[in-house]
Amino acid sequence: MDWLPAAASTYAADLDRIFYVILAITGVIFVGVEATLLYFLIKYRGREGRKATYIAGSNKAEVIWTVTPAIIIVGLAVASQGVWSKVKNPDRFPTDALELRIEARQFAWGITYPGADGQLGTEDDFQRFNELHVPVDKPVVFELTSVDVVHSFFVPELRIKQDAVPGLNLKAWFQATQVGEYEIACAELCGVGHTVMRARMFVHPRDEFQRWVTEQSEGS
Amino acid sequence: MAIAATVGEHHDEQSFIRRYIFSTDHKIIGIQFLFTSLVFLLVGGVMALLIRWQLAYPGQAVPGGDPVSPKFYNSLVTMHGTVMVFFAVMPLLVGVYSNYLIPLKLGAPDMAFPRLNMLSFWIFVSAGIVAMASLWVEGGAAGAGWTAYPPLSGAPRYSGVSLGQQMWIISVLLFGASSLLGSVNYITTVINMRAPGMTLFRMPLSIWSLFITAILALLAVPVLAAAVIMLLFDQTLGTTFFLPADGGQPLLWQHLFWFFGHPEVYILILPAMGIVSDIIANGSRKPVFGYHSMVYAIITIAFLGWIVWGHHMFQSGMNPLLGTTFMISTMAIAIPSAIKVFNWLGTIWRGNIRFHTPMLFAVGFVALFTVGGLSGIFMASSSVDIFIHDTYFIVAHIHYVLFGGSLMAAFAAIYFWFPKMFGKMMNEKWGAIHFLLTFISYNLAFFPMHLLGMGGHMRRIADPTMYEFLQPLQPLNRFITISVFLLFVAQLPFVVNLFWSLFRGKKAPLNPWDDNGLEWTVPSPAPHGNFAVTPTVYRGPYEFSNPLVEEDYWPQNAPPNGREGKAATIGAES
Repeated sequence: MDWLPAAASTYAADLDRIFYVILAITGVIFVGVEATLLYFLIKYRGREGRKATYIAGSNKAEVIWTVTPAIIIVGLAVASQGVWSKVKNPDRFPTDALELRIEARQFAWGITYPGADGQLGTEDDFQRFNELHVPVDKPVVFELTSVDVVHSFFVPELRIKQDAVPGLNLKAWFQATQVGEYEIACAELCGVGHTVMRARMFVHPRDEFQRWVTEQSEGS
Repeated sequence: MAIAATVGEHHDEQSFIRRYIFSTDHKIIGIQFLFTSLVFLLVGGVMALLIRWQLAYPGQAVPGGDPVSPKFYNSLVTMHGTVMVFFAVMPLLVGVYSNYLIPLKLGAPDMAFPRLNMLSFWIFVSAGIVAMASLWVEGGAAGAGWTAYPPLSGAPRYSGVSLGQQMWIISVLLFGASSLLGSVNYITTVINMRAPGMTLFRMPLSIWSLFITAILALLAVPVLAAAVIMLLFDQTLGTTFFLPADGGQPLLWQHLFWFFGHPEVYILILPAMGIVSDIIANGSRKPVFGYHSMVYAIITIAFLGWIVWGHHMFQSGMNPLLGTTFMISTMAIAIPSAIKVFNWLGTIWRGNIRFHTPMLFAVGFVALFTVGGLSGIFMASSSVDIFIHDTYFIVAHIHYVLFGGSLMAAFAAIYFWFPKMFGKMMNEKWGAIHFLLTFISYNLAFFPMHLLGMGGHMRRIADPTMYEFLQPLQPLNRFITISVFLLFVAQLPFVVNLFWSLFRGKKAPLNPWDDNGLEWTVPSPAPHGNFAVTPTVYRGPYEFSNPLVEEDYWPQNAPPNGREGKAATIGAES
């Protein structure tokens, strides 16, 4: 059964794997603890004429239940670190990517495309609001900022979330793997219109994306 | 650490106002905190109902009223968090039990600074009044979340709220002052006013946790105070500490807020852990398993609490390398938390359990805190957090810790110490009914929120139906709303029981739960000045079912019976 939304980016599966590993480990601990608790409550329920056993503790037990969680924790931290670094460390971002600039504002997303020359900051750049168009299977690196308050760029299927902070130009990336239409949401409370700060994302086959860029460039 | 025994005579001519309103008696102040925070709990609960109504039936008029507007929704979300954290849960544990229990359990006649204590309570009340009044001012109450991230909270042009946000700041400042005065008092009392024989390692875990909590509050609250003063300046004087226009840094606020905010989370849960340890030992008729390791776990959690704040900021844009550091420290907290859960299980193991109402809630605490602790591991993993950050997964987690954890413990504590506070017993049957209804409806309300979060449901949005990907989750949203309503109704037996018992309850004996604590050696209700003669302490607080005595409990102040020999008892310092 899939608990999480359909995965549509290259690193989505990596994130999901760690999620399910943690779910499995915590699930086992959860069932174990609750079952033991219930069992003890029934087995050691109070009865007349019986006294509890006078036990003040056990150093051996303390060591066991200190070391065991520690080992699990170290394992999880190591596993998480690889994915974390892959997704968030700018030094490891893919090269040869489509570069975009996304500017969040109350309550819209302004997306600047590089135009036909593929370069941001040139004359043929064009901006579209609340429509993010990207090609499939190509890395997209974008600069994210905000003109007013803190927002957060969130596309559930891509497993991407990055705050947009006024005054900072933060970099983030993704590579979509499924052609289709997705929703972009703002995940950080940003004011009265927080709920309606919604945009569309279109993942196109590569040639279709090129056609779209050409159309837009000519139109603007 | 000896203290004078001559108290209790010269106070009797006090007027009603000095005795019950502007009282300096730690017990009255504790009871004042109890009723005040229960009122705030009700207010916060009503806000939760309004929030849930809007989420289940977006845009529809609240029965008997208007629809919840997006602006009012933001105020509700903000004030629900603020009220619950600062004015309900924290005073319900720290305010009530630090005040009520520390002197009684340590054998002291009162707090170290009784007048400061009174001041602390009344500043707390004024903080609450300012917060409540802000709901009715022009522009409405603060709407930037209880975390008040600037620039949204820093300038009215972004939020549409000006006076409301400033009153929120004033209210938090007053609350901080109250909390600081309290902390100074609790710490001094624990260090200076323990009865003879009450060594640190003979203190009950409830007192240990309240002591450590007071240290946390003393160090954390000034950081919050500094941050909100800077925010107030940004709002009113035109400074730009947190506004980027003139070089300010929005992330600075997040660092300051969470440097306070994470220790605050432990301020809210540590007293609950301590109280539950006391009650589980009593209910199981056994010593707390691993008393010393429980103390060290409390101290470790408190220490680690200072170096984990960045996990609230994984997606904030701070350096990803910092993310790694904070992930490791955060995961480390799971270790002392796990130690505590296992030690509670160890305490129950081979016990002879009495299922009195306090024990039911204490066991409920263990069951639910386990869920909250385990769900924390998901967020601690910075990479999993990318997806679940700012979703209902977090909402589920925080409520499992603060309601399933802290509030369950608060209920356990009320049922446990009510007889000492008021000299009456609460009704056990209705207590059990309250527990069952609460436990079931609580889980129906909050467990499904994990599923919402896994579906990507953002927190703090006013209308999930606007998003196509959230449409399939809407039936779950309705189900949660109905469950929250049931949870609210489930508190009715408690309210009725509380007031009925207050006036009609069975008269409470000296020691209704056969406990070892010093508070059970004084009459119920505990008299002004507490102890006619300063007690001497001979052993730790958890000598249940010790084979050296006939009964299954052995009060801390019972003189040695000559059978101990050199046998070590818990808490004997070696």
